[in-house]
Amino acid sequence: MTNSPMTPGVAPARLAPEDLSANFADLHPPLDDHEALVAADRCYFCHDAPCIAACPTGIDIPLFIRQIATGTPEAAAKTILDRNILGGMCARVCPTETLCEEACVRELAEGKPVSIGQLQRYATDTLMAAGVHPFTRATPTGKRVAVVGAGPAGLSCAHRLAMKGHDVELFDARPKGGGLNEYGIAAYKSVNDFAGSEVEWLMQIGGVTLHTGKALGRDLGLEALKSDYDAVFLGMGLAGVNALGAEGEDKEGVLDAVNFIADLRQTDDLSALPVGRNVVVIGGGMTAIDAAVQSKLLGAQNVTILYRRSRAEMPASRFEQDLAAAKGVRLVFNARPVRITGNGRAQGLEAEYTVSGPDGLTGTGETFTLPADQVLKAIGQTLDGVPEGLKIEGGKIAVSGAGRTGVAGIWAGGDCAQGGEDLTVAAVAEGRDAAEDIHQTLMGG
Amino acid sequence: MADLTTTFCGITSPNPFWLASAPPTDKEYNVRRAFEAGWGGVVWKTLGEEGPPIVNVNGPRYGAIWGADRRLLGLNNIELITDRPLEVNLAEMTRVKKDWPDRALIASLMVPVNEDSWKAILDRVLETGCDGVELNFGCPHGMSERGMGSAVGQVPEYVQQVTEWCKKHSDLPVMVKLTPNIADIRKPAQAAKDGGADAVSLINTINSITSVDLDLFAPEPTIDGKGAHGGYCGPAVKPIALNMVAEISRSPSLQGLPISGIGGVTTWRDAAEFMALGAGNVQVCTAAMTYGFKIVQEMISGLGQYMDEKGFASTADLVGRAVPNCSDWQHLNLNYVTKARIDQDACIKCGRCYAACEDTSHQAISMSQDRTFEVIDAECVACNLCVNVCPVEGCITMEELSTGTVDERTGKVVEGEYVNWTTHPNNPGACAAE
Repeated sequence: MTNSPMTPGVAPARLAPEDLSANFADLHPPLDDHEALVAADRCYFCHDAPCIAACPTGIDIPLFIRQIATGTPEAAAKTILDRNILGGMCARVCPTETLCEEACVRELAEGKPVSIGQLQRYATDTLMAAGVHPFTRATPTGKRVAVVGAGPAGLSCAHRLAMKGHDVELFDARPKGGGLNEYGIAAYKSVNDFAGSEVEWLMQIGGVTLHTGKALGRDLGLEALKSDYDAVFLGMGLAGVNALGAEGEDKEGVLDAVNFIADLRQTDDLSALPVGRNVVVIGGGMTAIDAAVQSKLLGAQNVTILYRRSRAEMPASRFEQDLAAAKGVRLVFNARPVRITGNGRAQGLEAEYTVSGPDGLTGTGETFTLPADQVLKAIGQTLDGVPEGLKIEGGKIAVSGAGRTGVAGIWAGGDCAQGGEDLTVAAVAEGRDAAEDIHQTLMGG
Repeated sequence: MADLTTTFCGITSPNPFWLASAPPTDKEYNVRRAFEAGWGGVVWKTLGEEGPPIVNVNGPRYGAIWGADRRLLGLNNIELITDRPLEVNLAEMTRVKKDWPDRALIASLMVPVNEDSWKAILDRVLETGCDGVELNFGCPHGMSERGMGSAVGQVPEYVQQVTEWCKKHSDLPVMVKLTPNIADIRKPAQAAKDGGADAVSLINTINSITSVDLDLFAPEPTIDGKGAHGGYCGPAVKPIALNMVAEISRSPSLQGLPISGIGGVTTWRDAAEFMALGAGNVQVCTAAMTYGFKIVQEMISGLGQYMDEKGFASTADLVGRAVPNCSDWQHLNLNYVTKARIDQDACIKCGRCYAACEDTSHQAISMSQDRTFEVIDAECVACNLCVNVCPVEGCITMEELSTGTVDERTGKVVEGEYVNWTTHPNNPGACAAE
């Protein structure tokens, strides 16, 4: 190994391959049978359980945990997947600490919720390891639906439509399906190509044809889709990235965090990925955390997250903040980037402290400079190439009800559509509900 | 700390915690370890007739049921009496008693129902220097098929007959161990007393099949595809044992008959409950088999602390203290009215009280949008189910309505006067109070 965390500039292989491999291992190793039983024993089987209400897909959590406790994890998986066909991925990436586990009465009782996410993974992994797909298609309806975007929303929608007997053509701009599950989530949350396996498993329902490399606006036109299919669902996510608006943004070493993460997810060789000695991540969401932690795990010596507001306002959960801190990432709050310095390539980032007041966020005038060989922008994504004829609100496709766009025959869901949090689990719920609505509409029910 | 020295039917031991006749007391090695750990006495594993010893199965002897986190709640066994030669057991008992003179050592006996057999075994047992004998009329499996164990305990005439033989052929205190596999425990207890028994011990194990293997379709424990019923013990049987002890304690014709309480004693608290219901001491098996002999140390410290807190100078102050309060249903006060009360600060909003009451009881708990659960006094019959299903101890309690207040359910004023079913107007057999 020639490089180390202290190698100046941007360099690959800062750590030995075995260290990289250990760093990117499963964040939460799966529960074994005994651990699952012990964890399941803790569930109180609450009446009208708060955890169900806290789950965007409304999984019957007490029921599936009881099914695990009684030795039928396959039945538990069916309970989960019935509401959330991507229950396997959600078990890995959901911020359970702000969803089901926050609502768990044992969180209130003793500050230690039932390990719902881990148990969900135990159940879904058991079923998927057995190669079982527990759903079958209804009698073919002869209806054809186009689903644009094979991310969580599109996959969920496509699966539900196929189950109902419709034929689905699923289009995605990228070379692989999965969307952010495949390209956008920290590697240690989805090891062993889980995202890819899950898509493969999901497609076992039949009746769904995946077409990759097909982007709306480039290879597909909304009007054509509308006339060729009985219905269209748009779930292409947010392909654009917000600009920083700071001087020097064009310098080499300034990257979009989503691309940094996507490269990391797609590489076969972590040693080949270059990372800065000094990395500064701008932003406060999950993408910022994922980019910062993974920079550190790749061997960056100093990684800093710069967030313009206070810790309390940070969109990333406390669990994620603590995870970053535990991995050695420094969190700087109430500071915003002013300029990126360096001759052609980034060397430093000048930032200014901020305060929140009646006039919103303002700079205090006090500045400081961080060394920065790499600046990763994680300040949000935007809807790219808005299809004509659709109403846009707040930068997203306006929808009402179960993803209705206002244009007959076109539904939308997931990150590209209004409403809900930009979470995998929320996208799954939106895709599923839109599919149900499409089905009702098409079948005149 | 309180002195736990206990004298039970003339036998003194440093504490009331004895190990019951069972696998833990089958050998000198085990019994020495038990005494070193602090057990007050031991009832040696049941001895049989001289000659070739019995044999045990060579597959599993135990089956079990478990609670949360695999906590063992009930154990079932198909083991028989000792399968070691009589001479070996007697020699070991002699050595142990000599080395531990302050501990109680009891010989448990089971031989065929004829006087000669009992006389013969008693003569041999006397040589050991043991403090007393326990007649095993309880084992419900194996030996009962051969006319011993519970086959004797289920026939009061046999119980009395064998007890008489034992009293006739030995000066040792005779304790009769009773089987619970019978409709009325007072009958064999009475027979034991009439036969001259110095004490009874109860309960022995309960006929049971712990579970069924759903692949083999065979009862557990399974021996080569077949299973036989075993004897059930452990925490799960404690309520049954407590009732049987109380039945004897409060029976007028059995007054004064010492009782050694057995059945699921796991902690000092269990022991104290048996003693409060009239047991002069307790015998333990499953708890020791689950956790090892060391548990007696918690029992000693716990009972001692409790007695200090209550100001009891000796265990005799505790024995039988709850017996006067063991009553029949017909004598319970119908003017005692309580209502469930939910401590909102302690409530964790699981809603189990609501589900239990709404689905299976009296629709007496309301649930608000924000998951606040409240008792509806007009519906609450004070059944206590909500208290029992609540996962937070002390969160739901039963509060007595004071005299003069109105019970919203019945609309009647709570009267201070004690009334019971025997004089209730709805009772066809009621006799008017004089």
